Amino acid sequence: MGFIVAQLLTGMANASALFLVASGLSIIFGVTRVVNFAHGSFYMLGAFVAYSAMQVLPGFIGFWASILLAGLAVGLIGLIVEVCVLKPIYKSPELYQLVATFGVILVIQDLALLVWGPEDLIGKRAPGFEGVVMILGERVPAYDLVLIAFAVIVLCALWYLFNRTRAGVLVRAATQDREMVSALGVNQSILFTAVFFLGSFLAGIGGAAQLPKGGADLLMDFNILAAVFVVVVIGGMGSIIGAFVAAMLISILQVFGVHLLPQSTLVLMFVVMAVVLVFRPWGLFGREEQAGEHGGAGPPQEPLRELSGRGRLVVAAVIGALALVPVFGGQFGTVLFADVIIFCLFAASLHYILGIGGLVSFGHAAFYGGGAYTAALLVQYAGTPMELALLLAPLGAGFAAMIIGWFCVRLSGVYFAMLTLAFAQVLWSIVFQWTDLTGGDDGILGVWPSQWASDPVVYYYLVLVLGTGGVLLLRAMAHTPFGYALRGARDSALRSEAIGMNVQFIQWMSFVFAGAMAGLAGGLFVFAKGSVFPTELEIAKSFDALIMVFLGGVQSLSGPIAGASVFTLLQDLLSRFEYWRLCLGLLIIAIVILFPGGIAGAGNWMRSRFSRAEVSS
Amino acid sequence: MTMLELANINTYYGSAHILHDVSLEIGSGEVVALLGRNGAGKSTTMKSIIGLVRPASGSVRFSGREIGGMPPYEICRNGIGYVPEERRIFSDLTVFENLEVGRRPARSDAPSWTVERLCELFPNLAERRANRGGQLSGGEQQMLTIARTLMGNPKMILLDEPSEGIAPVIVEQMARTIQELKREGLTVLLSEQNLHFAKLVSDRAFIIESGTMRYSGTMAELSDQPDIREKYLAM
Repeated sequence: MGFIVAQLLTGMANASALFLVASGLSIIFGVTRVVNFAHGSFYMLGAFVAYSAMQVLPGFIGFWASILLAGLAVGLIGLIVEVCVLKPIYKSPELYQLVATFGVILVIQDLALLVWGPEDLIGKRAPGFEGVVMILGERVPAYDLVLIAFAVIVLCALWYLFNRTRAGVLVRAATQDREMVSALGVNQSILFTAVFFLGSFLAGIGGAAQLPKGGADLLMDFNILAAVFVVVVIGGMGSIIGAFVAAMLISILQVFGVHLLPQSTLVLMFVVMAVVLVFRPWGLFGREEQAGEHGGAGPPQEPLRELSGRGRLVVAAVIGALALVPVFGGQFGTVLFADVIIFCLFAASLHYILGIGGLVSFGHAAFYGGGAYTAALLVQYAGTPMELALLLAPLGAGFAAMIIGWFCVRLSGVYFAMLTLAFAQVLWSIVFQWTDLTGGDDGILGVWPSQWASDPVVYYYLVLVLGTGGVLLLRAMAHTPFGYALRGARDSALRSEAIGMNVQFIQWMSFVFAGAMAGLAGGLFVFAKGSVFPTELEIAKSFDALIMVFLGGVQSLSGPIAGASVFTLLQDLLSRFEYWRLCLGLLIIAIVILFPGGIAGAGNWMRSRFSRAEVSS
Repeated sequence: MTMLELANINTYYGSAHILHDVSLEIGSGEVVALLGRNGAGKSTTMKSIIGLVRPASGSVRFSGREIGGMPPYEICRNGIGYVPEERRIFSDLTVFENLEVGRRPARSDAPSWTVERLCELFPNLAERRANRGGQLSGGEQQMLTIARTLMGNPKMILLDEPSEGIAPVIVEQMARTIQELKREGLTVLLSEQNLHFAKLVSDRAFIIESGTMRYSGTMAELSDQPDIREKYLAM
């Protein structure tokens, strides 16, 4: 009994920081519709700032003043991000804001490294709460109880704010219909900034309060992000009490999971999330999302056109140029461009489901890494030759997409995105924790091409043929009746259903197809490198693909190709600098603000300017 | 004295041209009906005035001030209240919280409203003060949305199809409410498909069809012209 209570309390203490960060994310999303990827970074900054403040401010008062100070400092940083990065792009499609906040993550990562250095920092113990308390014969750290009380106090304070103050009522109203709120005389711009401040403040005190328990390190941002998403989705987007209940649920399950099934800890919370979403697609305390509820869904996309004669020539010229890379590029260029082609296929496959299907997947790395691991495992355990492994990689990834997609296509919008992310994390956790099969963090080594393709140049041509073949197949599919149906479902699911299309089935099959193509890219990758690690399944990998697609531009088929090429080459170039994340992050933010149509969009814009100039002259 | 004047406004949704050179004028204290069939452009005209869509060209003047191009909240603060056709009640908020969202400081040149006064005007709201907006009936929601807008103490209100989708008894009550608002000195522009309802409350009427103004005259004149009614309003 004592043991169970002690575990329960540990779980609740762990939930404290999670709840603070998740409620902040939830409030920001509710009003501004921005899924703030950088929220984990705000949490991390809170811990770092509090660490520094505690060095200076002594004693009991200094400790709590530092936490407050960290909250205010991070709130201010959030405010600056909102005003400088997000305000200029609120009119762009919602997904550009995601990419921008991802840029913010990169910038903060390097700034934190610059200021606080690479070492993990251990937080001071909280003055007055250094000891343990005996509860039913078990030792419970006193600070755990403080953290639980802290979470409850914040919950009550938030409840008061949202139910008993005018500002809170306005925020709740704006969460439902921000356009109507503005028609009633409320300045949205100030409301958005205020909400961003509050949400960032919460993340900041969350990071600061857990300092005596968890310390501060540079991996905190991504480490908490997935859990925060899970909490927000289980609780329901925009619901504070939902965030509280879900954070408790997840953390308590986690604590007991460690004892019952140590191998399952990482998978557990995602399984809970998947189960909740299947039964309550908008979370325990959330409300069903209605399309266009929060203001217009934006103007319809321009229809895709088949390539003109000139366009075909350009494609042929690009492929021709790629074929010459081994001749002029040397070994370095050959390896680099093999990567570029593989990422083009990866990005194009994501674009198929995201741009053409309108389903934003945050977990596309599941299929890329899934393909890579399918091939690697086959080689490792069955001695499968490369040719067969490359054929089975897309099938393996497609099979994974079939299972994951069956759940995901039941949802839409941000819930679809979160569920794909959760499933990708499940796959990642399995690979990471099932060390006996996958080697865990050590990966699988020695996956080399067949004898005939072992020369990098020969393998490059194999990548060129299969990679461009895959990209062209994705293109061609967009122009088949199947592709038309997918686009119809994107533009109006209701009307598509009304004329007899099975929208979910079409989206499911498209998801499988896109997943299979990502799997092919993963298969090509594994033989190019000779090894595979769990990083190929990481959130960061899914984000890479998202950035490639958005940098390139969602609304055109050439977008992901341009984005993947630029991103891969840039990363290669920038990674030689010490603070390359900072450069890349700033660059991403600049591109998103300056070219809301992406690289391809900017190209189209220049082309239309150019042709207009031609006409007028 | 002219309260609101639209001059040749053109409004687009994406590339679709919805309003074509729409002009209208409303005097202070008048109740004016904007009549037209479904899809004629009534709601778009309303949204163009409150700024939820921005007219691409033309001018919108309110109390002698150009308000075209201002964001909705500034237009609202200038003294225009908007009551949308879909009502857009905050369904998770209580009745009184809904009113709170609309609250704005009193102004000297407009009737000023308090929660107490509005509860006299709409007795149902007082009874249901603690209920959530989503739990109200259609008629009650319509009253709440008008009350919410009045909390902003506007000089003029835009009522988008106030009689739509509510029971006939409530429609009569609605007509009395509008007459009451007129007595208070409020200027009203209401859009309607229901000519009978418009006749009960309005002094003048405009008829819009396919985004173009087709007719303007007093309610009495319109009654004497069955051909116009037949052409633009008959179902």
